[in-house]
Amino acid sequence: MKRHCLRLLNSCLAVFLFAAAPAPGQNEITINPTITVLGSTKPIPVSLEGFSGEVADVLKFDLYVQGFSFVAPDAAQYQISGSAAGNVQGRVVDRVAKATLLTRSYTGAALRREAHAFADDIVQAITHKAGIAQTKIAFKVQTPSGNGEIYVADFDGHNAQAVTHDDTIVAAPAWVPGRLALYYTSYQPGNPDIYFHNLSTGQRRIIAGYSGLNTSATVSPDGSRVAMILSKAGSPDVWVSNAEGGSLRQLTRTAEDESSPCWSPDGQWICFATRMAERRMLAKISPSGGAVQRIPTPGSPNPTEPDWSPDGKWIAFTSQAGGFDICVMPADGSAPPTVLVGGEDPSWSPNSRTLIFARRIGGRYVLSVLDVFTKQVKDVARISGNDSQPAWAK
Amino acid sequence: MTKFNRKKKMKMMKLTYLLTFAMVVTLAATGCRNHRPVNVTKLHGTPTGGNPTGDEPGPTLPYSGSGNQPIAVAPLDIFEGMVKDPSALAAYTVHFAYDSSVVRRTEKSNVQAVADALSRDSSTKLLIEGNCDERGTEEYNRALGERRAQALRRELAKLGVDPMRIRTISYGKDKPANPGHDEAAWAENRRGDFILLHPKTGA
Repeated sequence: MKRHCLRLLNSCLAVFLFAAAPAPGQNEITINPTITVLGSTKPIPVSLEGFSGEVADVLKFDLYVQGFSFVAPDAAQYQISGSAAGNVQGRVVDRVAKATLLTRSYTGAALRREAHAFADDIVQAITHKAGIAQTKIAFKVQTPSGNGEIYVADFDGHNAQAVTHDDTIVAAPAWVPGRLALYYTSYQPGNPDIYFHNLSTGQRRIIAGYSGLNTSATVSPDGSRVAMILSKAGSPDVWVSNAEGGSLRQLTRTAEDESSPCWSPDGQWICFATRMAERRMLAKISPSGGAVQRIPTPGSPNPTEPDWSPDGKWIAFTSQAGGFDICVMPADGSAPPTVLVGGEDPSWSPNSRTLIFARRIGGRYVLSVLDVFTKQVKDVARISGNDSQPAWAK
Repeated sequence: MTKFNRKKKMKMMKLTYLLTFAMVVTLAATGCRNHRPVNVTKLHGTPTGGNPTGDEPGPTLPYSGSGNQPIAVAPLDIFEGMVKDPSALAAYTVHFAYDSSVVRRTEKSNVQAVADALSRDSSTKLLIEGNCDERGTEEYNRALGERRAQALRRELAKLGVDPMRIRTISYGKDKPANPGHDEAAWAENRRGDFILLHPKTGA
């Protein structure tokens, strides 16, 4: 007990998860605290039997990037078994509690989709949290010419589809929460303008096409407002408008450049990158205006590209000290940032546990997904060219 | 991470109290107000205080006033239909230091040459394209490129050019002049290009 308390005291970034399991011997109970620490949590050992080919690949990918490791059945905490003959059927047994947590079969979709659905059920059964296996991402694909298109895909990069066909410079896709709709920047009109694009109808329109820079749109959690970077007042500043681009209001008035705004999940703050006294830093401002408040990132210099987790607890961002690093810190500043892996432009999954980000390998960018607790990371399927600026649909 | 077995719950009450006490101490000691323990949500009066959204006001820093106040942008429609002449002023590209939008003294003769060219033909206008090297994140660089273009616009205004004749565009790091990944390439890519604009009937 004492030892555990000390460990808790030592880990300021801990999320506390207490697991209880029946102990051997009499009816006594032992408490096995499982401490979930950013970047250094042990994965949950599972075994995977009976699957092959694409279904096995999907399950391994989905579970690995959500904090599971694969071991022999007799070493597993949870035994996952089943088959993919015709359709996906699966079972999850808690080996410690000797209980079957899940038995289910999946029909009516491609095997890949059925496997993702099973992965989500596994995550729900074991962690009691929604999984990410059936979520979507949007991102930028750039050819060597510098031009590119906005794409959407499954979170693992499969089933990618271009949503623009302009062969121009594009940037910064952002989802409308709960809708098949994006905002993004396109240079199609000869100027970087912000588009709203309804993916269900295929219709799009410019919501910010002012002189100078119009970019980095980001939608409020309730979908009613858009924060963005405009330079129409002479310098890149944070502005906010309604979803149509109307009721435009300038929030920051600095001679410096602001970039990459994001919303807090309660809609009370817009966090962004800026510079004060020659130093780059993160700051936040109320969407109704007021003072700019600094968000310190001790030990992580040159922060940009903040993204606030949907559960409100964390802010992920890119730090630049030589190379680029993905960092995560508590949104209340109660602990310094933790440097997780090399990469840029993190975007949170809907369940606030996984990040998608861009990293450079061999002179080109690929997208990777990262479980922030175990630091398990995998590259997603690639489109040719540079894949960057991922945005996770929420 | 098994969740509590409900049947065993009563038997665990004692330990739960102990754990609760340990956690309260821990939370108070570390100030981790946000990280509420998952399985102990039935506590009453958790003495951790604070606002769970972490919205305490931090220090408010005044922005340092720089001498370079923004100049209102020129409306886009006055440039509509104008014809780009990328070669006319290509010799006068201005280069910048790393992560800087300050127009260096050594670059000012180029800016003067552009001002002279504009003064020779009042029917012309100017597009300034701001660009960055790859050592910055994408949207940060898009903003930095805009600041570079606007810094050049301000310099031209100081030399007597009507800023309403000048529009800016930033390509961030999307249009490198040199695709290399070394200092020589980066130095070439941190730049502002001047594109002369002719009226549509001219050119």
